[in-house]
Amino acid sequence: MTAQPNDPFVIAGRTFTSRLIVGTGKYKDYAENAAAAEAAGAEIVTVAVRRVNLSNPDEPMLVDHLSPERFTFLPNTAGCFTGEDAVRTLRLAREAGGWNLVKLEVLSDPDTLYPDMVETLHALKLLVEDGFEVMVYCSDDPVMARRLEDAGAVAIMPLGAPIGSGLGIQNRLNIRLIAEQARVPVLVDAGVGTASDAAVAMELGCDGVLMNTAIAEARDAIAMARAMRLAVEAGRAAYLAGRMPIRQYGAASSPVDGIIG
Amino acid sequence: MSKTAEQQSGKTLAVTVNGEERVVPEGTTVSGLLELLGVATGKVAVERNKAIVPRSTFAAQALSDRDQIEIVRFVGGG
Repeated sequence: MTAQPNDPFVIAGRTFTSRLIVGTGKYKDYAENAAAAEAAGAEIVTVAVRRVNLSNPDEPMLVDHLSPERFTFLPNTAGCFTGEDAVRTLRLAREAGGWNLVKLEVLSDPDTLYPDMVETLHALKLLVEDGFEVMVYCSDDPVMARRLEDAGAVAIMPLGAPIGSGLGIQNRLNIRLIAEQARVPVLVDAGVGTASDAAVAMELGCDGVLMNTAIAEARDAIAMARAMRLAVEAGRAAYLAGRMPIRQYGAASSPVDGIIG
Repeated sequence: MSKTAEQQSGKTLAVTVNGEERVVPEGTTVSGLLELLGVATGKVAVERNKAIVPRSTFAAQALSDRDQIEIVRFVGGG
């Protein structure tokens, strides 16, 4: 899936070609999930860590459908509300998967699912000390984004809108400021609803997009996964091409000289 | 599980696994517990009293009375 020649996407020293990271939640089943991840051209998928169901230890396993050899698993801390819970979860994830690249997400309010940035920064420091490479879900605040980067985040992942809302990018100015100032990759994580939202994120200068619900809850998840792949590629290409200036009035495309009559 | 001297002596341990109370024979290891529960070792991670149990030590670590055990695996998530 080579969208752009010589435009590698590097996170913590690992090189990828796809700039679209997809979640693995909310799908009808793991088979649809795997087909959507393929259609999205994703190389990284987020996964959650949960207790084994002791009353049914033989239930279907994610790893039987999405191979850890084919996809880089990005364990998340979804559902954690304290830094300590997040660290505990990711230590288990590291033991289960055997890798250090993780997604940190510490939530505050169960209605908005807005990140608690004080707890997030605290957890980030603990994880970095413990040898993790941490991609951080965060608010769209450029000052906090800088703090995370200074604390050792390997990627900054501001929300475009609340998780699962599909509202699209609510503050384009902040997303662009965060993308401009960062020395590590910036990915919009959360809030994307449809393909144009993903393209906007890339046109603002983001390095990638992470999404789950926009694909999983589409009427045809696999078709939407393909649309998102194309949107991320198109948005990246447009960003690299350098858009025309915005004018407040019309500017004719045909010559004004030599008009007959 | 094969019967051990401890099992034959009838001594048991009360442990909490994923929030549920379980009674297991004294001498049960982490590997033994997973076997009792029917959980495949290869795809899970285990925490014992909030400390990670490295997979390489599953067979060596014997459980103690009132241990708090968490057994987790990867599931779909965003």
